[in-house]
Amino acid sequence: MATTSHEPTTTRADPEGISGAAVRRGDRTFLGLSTGAGLLVLVVMAAIAVFLVWKAIPSIQADSANFFTEGQWLPDSDPPVFGIAVLLFGTLWTSIIALVIAVPIGYGIALFIAFYAQRRLASTLAFIVDLLAAVPSIIFGLWGLYNFMPYVVPFSQWLSEYLGFIPIFANSQELWTKSILMAGLVLAIMILPTVSAISREVFVQVPRMHVEAALALGATRWEMIRMAVFPFSRPGMISAAMLGLGRALGETIAVALILSAAFEINWAITEPGGNSFAANIALKWGEAGEVGRSALIASGLVLFFITLVVNMSARWVIARRKDFSGAN
Amino acid sequence: MSKQIDLVDLDIYYGDFLAVEGVNLTVKANSVMSFIGPSGCGKSTVLRSINRMHEVIPGAHVKGAVNLDGENLYGPNVDPVLVRRTIGMVFQRPNPFPTMSIAENVIAGLKLEKDKKRKESMDEIVEKSLRGANLWEEVKDRLKRPGASLSGGQQQRLCIARAIAVEPQVLLMDEPCSALDPISTLAIEDLIRELKDRYTIIIVTHNMQQAGRVSDDTAFFNLSGIGKPGHLIEVGPTAQIFSHPEHKQTEDYIAGRFG
Repeated sequence: MATTSHEPTTTRADPEGISGAAVRRGDRTFLGLSTGAGLLVLVVMAAIAVFLVWKAIPSIQADSANFFTEGQWLPDSDPPVFGIAVLLFGTLWTSIIALVIAVPIGYGIALFIAFYAQRRLASTLAFIVDLLAAVPSIIFGLWGLYNFMPYVVPFSQWLSEYLGFIPIFANSQELWTKSILMAGLVLAIMILPTVSAISREVFVQVPRMHVEAALALGATRWEMIRMAVFPFSRPGMISAAMLGLGRALGETIAVALILSAAFEINWAITEPGGNSFAANIALKWGEAGEVGRSALIASGLVLFFITLVVNMSARWVIARRKDFSGAN
Repeated sequence: MSKQIDLVDLDIYYGDFLAVEGVNLTVKANSVMSFIGPSGCGKSTVLRSINRMHEVIPGAHVKGAVNLDGENLYGPNVDPVLVRRTIGMVFQRPNPFPTMSIAENVIAGLKLEKDKKRKESMDEIVEKSLRGANLWEEVKDRLKRPGASLSGGQQQRLCIARAIAVEPQVLLMDEPCSALDPISTLAIEDLIRELKDRYTIIIVTHNMQQAGRVSDDTAFFNLSGIGKPGHLIEVGPTAQIFSHPEHKQTEDYIAGRFG
């Protein structure tokens, strides 16, 4: 194989035997392309991190309050006073509520589709769930604000009346709209397709022989699911929840529409109030001054960091019991 | 503990498709019966209908009766889950639960019967079952290791230990050695001969020598063409089936002229 390449691995073909180019050009090209694609991801990640840090530094230096514990957001006042406490709280609190609601339901939908539903119903249902994932978030936001809210209000009142002794359900303001619960519910609906589609994928990949092993031992369908399906799918189920969490953490427009953008930490989920990183950036960016934009980027950096931690801890959970995973 | 099995006019369907037609067969208690026949003749299907595993496939159902000491397993008040606890099954490919340790695999079936009182502790049952499957000496020092860390032959014996841990009355084996090497196959065959004292065993095999070595009786299944249902051609003592079969097609199959 004659080649003009300067790679040292390329040798001239030996007419007598099997020696020739030890690495084919096609292989090398593909190796280069795939390595490049892999590296590109790292470069993009690094570029984002560098950009965020670079742009965030001026505002953090200018901040007259503690960036992590301050609740107010007045970066363009003199002196600038702002911090992420409320944003962090609101982002995590809405996302946790969304997860608590969406994960069990998402697993339930996935189990129903994978193991209980008749084949025709299962494929129809799977299709509809996937369709739900394709609905733009602005639609969810508008629908949540105008159509869903009227139904959530009585539910909030019911929660407050009967479970009000638990502080998070109490409502002292007698105002029920634009609450953390409302945002959490809409986020739950938004991440439901993610959770259920991914967990369905892993459920249907459980080898038939493990399912049959459990059934042949005299397991009921639910016992079979606990015995053969859940252990095998656990990493995938965790990934599904984490990806859902990732979407909930970063969700912007629906939360921006629904939450009333109050700058206070309020655990009471039925009361109006709360804010999140992404919603705050979207709402404040247009009117922000120089320090204001830098401050918003600084809050974005924190969100970036949180999503990294979420994903890494998911990986850690998955890797813990490798010996016992279905992979070997 | 072991019991006799009678298949009475058994027709087995996948949806509308009649896969096996008109099987009448008796497996005596404490005996080994082997099912032989070419691929697609329905021998595995018949085996799976005995512990009602056939019906886990959507649309699959049977007509006729499978009697366990006279009690019809397809009777109106019979719970298929309980049938499967009474009739253990070992599959073609070893299928220990990958997320469970060796010991956990053995007692996986027992965990399903929580309310049942037992004289022995779980540890005793693990040892007894693994000894019963001729695996104890090989794994006694690593009971907490994953079941999937064993060799294929060991995994299959682990699956047998798991099946006998619940003390079934019948043991069904669907080509249990087809994924194993000759040494592991011999170990399983020795085990089958020992287990016969306590269980009624039915084994599906493609290996005629294996049928000759382990079984008391042999049933030959065949189908007349693609898309036609499989039939039980003949059944009898293994020695007779192999030396003086009544039917020409049995003789041809055993002689290796088709299949």
